Amino acid sequence: MHSDCIVIEGSNMAEAHPVGFQWVMEAKRRGATVIHVDPRFTRTTAVADEHVPFRGGADIAFLGGLISYVLENELDFRDYVTAFTNAADIVDDDFTDSGDVDGLFSGYDPDTGHYDPASWALDGAYRAPAAGKRDAWESQMPDGPRPGADPMGHHEPRRDETLTHPRCVFQVLRRHYARYTPEAVARVCGMSVEQFLQVARSVTENSGRDRTTAWVYSVGWTHHTVGVQYIRAAAILQTLLGNMGRPGGGILALRGHASIQGSTDIPTLFDLLPGYLPMPSAHHETLADYIDADAAKTGFWGDMDAYTVSLLKAWWGDAATPENDFAFDWMPRITGDHGSYVTVKNQIDRKSFGYFLVGENPAVGHANGKMQRLGLANLEWLVVRDMQMIESASFWQNGPEIETGELRTEEIGTEVFFLPCANHTEKSGSFTQTQRLVQWRHEAVHPPGDSRSELHFYFHLGKRIREKLAGSTDERDRPLLELTWDYPTSGIHEEPDVVSVLAEINGADADGRPLSTYTELRADGSTTAGCWIYTGIFADGVNQADRRKPGSEQDLVAHEWGWAWPANRRVLYNRASADAEGRPWSERKKLVWWDEEQGRWVGHDVPDFEATKPPDYKPDPGATGPDALAGTDAFNMQSDGKAWLYAPSGLADGPLPTHYEPVESPVANLLHDQQDNPAREEMNRAWNRLNPSQSEVFPYVFLTYRLTEHHTAGGMSRTLGYLSELQPEFFCEVSPALARERGLEHMGWATLISARTAIEARVMVTERMKPLRIGDRTVHQIGLPYHWGSNGLSVGDPANDLLGVVMDPNVHIQESKVATCDIQPGRRPRGPALLEYVADYRRRAGVEPGGIQ
Amino acid sequence: MGVRTWLGEWPMFRQATGPDPLGRGAAVQSPRTKALEPRTDAADEVVKSVCPFCAVGCGQDIYVRDGRITQIEGDPDSPISRGRLCPKGSASTSLVTSPSRVTTVRYRRPYGTEWEDLDLDTAVDMIADRVIDARRRGWEDTDSQGRVLRRTLGLSSLGGATLDNEENYLIKKLFMALGAIQVENQARI
Repeated sequence: MHSDCIVIEGSNMAEAHPVGFQWVMEAKRRGATVIHVDPRFTRTTAVADEHVPFRGGADIAFLGGLISYVLENELDFRDYVTAFTNAADIVDDDFTDSGDVDGLFSGYDPDTGHYDPASWALDGAYRAPAAGKRDAWESQMPDGPRPGADPMGHHEPRRDETLTHPRCVFQVLRRHYARYTPEAVARVCGMSVEQFLQVARSVTENSGRDRTTAWVYSVGWTHHTVGVQYIRAAAILQTLLGNMGRPGGGILALRGHASIQGSTDIPTLFDLLPGYLPMPSAHHETLADYIDADAAKTGFWGDMDAYTVSLLKAWWGDAATPENDFAFDWMPRITGDHGSYVTVKNQIDRKSFGYFLVGENPAVGHANGKMQRLGLANLEWLVVRDMQMIESASFWQNGPEIETGELRTEEIGTEVFFLPCANHTEKSGSFTQTQRLVQWRHEAVHPPGDSRSELHFYFHLGKRIREKLAGSTDERDRPLLELTWDYPTSGIHEEPDVVSVLAEINGADADGRPLSTYTELRADGSTTAGCWIYTGIFADGVNQADRRKPGSEQDLVAHEWGWAWPANRRVLYNRASADAEGRPWSERKKLVWWDEEQGRWVGHDVPDFEATKPPDYKPDPGATGPDALAGTDAFNMQSDGKAWLYAPSGLADGPLPTHYEPVESPVANLLHDQQDNPAREEMNRAWNRLNPSQSEVFPYVFLTYRLTEHHTAGGMSRTLGYLSELQPEFFCEVSPALARERGLEHMGWATLISARTAIEARVMVTERMKPLRIGDRTVHQIGLPYHWGSNGLSVGDPANDLLGVVMDPNVHIQESKVATCDIQPGRRPRGPALLEYVADYRRRAGVEPGGIQ
Repeated sequence: MGVRTWLGEWPMFRQATGPDPLGRGAAVQSPRTKALEPRTDAADEVVKSVCPFCAVGCGQDIYVRDGRITQIEGDPDSPISRGRLCPKGSASTSLVTSPSRVTTVRYRRPYGTEWEDLDLDTAVDMIADRVIDARRRGWEDTDSQGRVLRRTLGLSSLGGATLDNEENYLIKKLFMALGAIQVENQARI
């Protein structure tokens, strides 16, 4: 609500996060301009000051256009850019830009579909990335040195503080986006030049010393084959405008599950350990290898050894010693992508036998539902833990493949255990919400019948497995048998003590006293911490997440409500809210500043900086860790303390975002020769056929999205009376023009067809959907809420069944926000006739045959 | 009963003469509605909680009477939500008291056509056996280059974004000790 301008792009915030949206409305009441950039006119659009209708999948063109507008008109916040970004760094002359060669960067290997990032380096220095592909050099060049690096990794890149050197980042950026002119952007996105310029003016006029602009996105940005680069593009723009680390600025990700942020911080994800430590890879033989390959030597990742050793001590206690590398060898190793889609492929191929589904319903909620259900049907055993009988548990009874005859119940060998779980009122524990704020819940009632918390289930499952393996001398069982797994329990069901788990996450010193902050962690084995960024949540032995001083008794920051990681900071990198000398950029945008008298950083938020490091501090040559960062290095998780306009490492698909079309696009790429992301990940199997790009057989674009009244795959909403009454049926939104073109009737039925399958939905003809002019053709977009499945009170076909799986190479997330289809009036064929109907479409489109193998 | 009292009981009279000219409050109360009390008043306790749907993190007050949840309301103390809940959050009471909720173990044997009953302890024991077996059969000591993997691809897990931090922590910790690397949740989606 401190923003002067809020751009919501890739999100329908009013619909999907309605209560959070009250703060956008507060900002608007205080004079902020609210802009909604979206293919659809939605509940968010209805209250925005400006709506920019545009084509899904064109966001990098749009953001690139804004970057170009800022650079060409010299509207960047120059004092901020020179103080806090890598704009002055010189890029190595081996680098060729995607603007120069067909839309490809240097280093691309067409045989493997991968980039070798060596040529993207800065002149004179290797820069370890703070996230992403941290050890790309090690995995791709096992024996070679890091480009540009000396053995200690201390080289500084050459810089040009005037930002005029032709190879400095600032100029590289300018050239890269030079072709993203307002006219070109308008053509690619399907908006008018005036609409584009209106946004450009609003954003630049509301950025600078006195004003800030915030960008808000959700899965409308992540669900693309270039999703990571969408967010990078926003980061470049917001950094150029000086909107990072400042009140009312930033890039806000709105997340869709109660603790999806927490399950990323304390990750149930294959590629991470708690606190964004990377999972060890096969080429990390020792703890030293792992730290050396993945950690920057400078900045706060320079202390990764302390975070890692503290984690190993939390898990293996006294069995983790300096002599055995703190049991690092007991960690399993990854070798590439072990994400959800690869796992399901392995299930279909019967290489993976057992599966736990815990509060997730992939048969409805994931792209390509058929692929998900085939995975389930080829398992040996499946454990589903949920409150309701979800489609992923009953696929063998009533899945769509049973109806078509592709699968027969009597031939499905999967053994299914449905175990009822406790709900949020029946257990104590913490959720981390979308702004990193951790809040504690208290148990109100006991769970009924066989229902148990996940804490109970996994603790007792682990205990049972350990008992069965007790006495084993097999080396592979040692990590299990030595695991610290002795939480106190209480009650007739022996519920583990959840506060003791929180205390383990927080960490303790050698005497068992709770630590207060992550800077107390040590690499010598004298401290523990189950998740270093959460250290401090149990400071002084007090559950800080359970603080509930009413908001009405606090200032707007409300530091005494819950606890935000890290260190209860509410705005990350807030050192950047003050200028190079440590003075607030303006009285109006004051947040954190240097107090000369006290000799420390003070302000309205917990400073995201070492408290007593003065703004004029210069590191000694050869310094490591945080000591190596200067008093102006606000972005202190980065190895150079700078915000990266240009990312020399860490990304799989280029150092700068480039507009590529979605894999299933109705149009050619009007900006570059390269049509789509050359480094994307594909799975070419019979159950995952893709529609050809620019196919006349699949001429329309469809988008999937959420409704206020339903929740994800529907297990927590389609089973409830009120919500099912409010949104009773699956529908598709089409424009009057498309309805005329295909003979669709409002409230009638339509069948939507892709190379995967055909589904049916009620038709909603609405002016909210607008046909767009892209190049020389009209593009129609169809909206599909994705909540429905066969079980519950409100049932319907799953929209996700229409999608194929093709993925972003950085994070392995599927492109589910843009794909193509055909639409016809009437209901879909039933039974085996459906298969023939879709097979005919595939034949006409020149797509290989489908199937279940 | 005097005329005055009788008139005073007549809603039209009260609406015309009393402080409720629009007839939306006291003027239209009958003895029955007058005696009604919000079920939140009769709660034995109010327990502090957080909404389980999206990630905004709205505060919830859980009203409990006789060991059962009678109502869930927005928590006015929360600086995030200031007492508000959206349609989903407002439906939380029906979520936790849903008649279609499954509260006993259901078991489908391989190639079975119906659900069967199963004792919870037996189920956990069977699952423990299956985990040990799948772990062993999917085990990989090294890759083709001889590099140490020390992992299993025999089993996997999906889900976590609807769970508590402490629960995700135990899942990750147990699976790492098992060597089971294929742990994923909604954040990938």
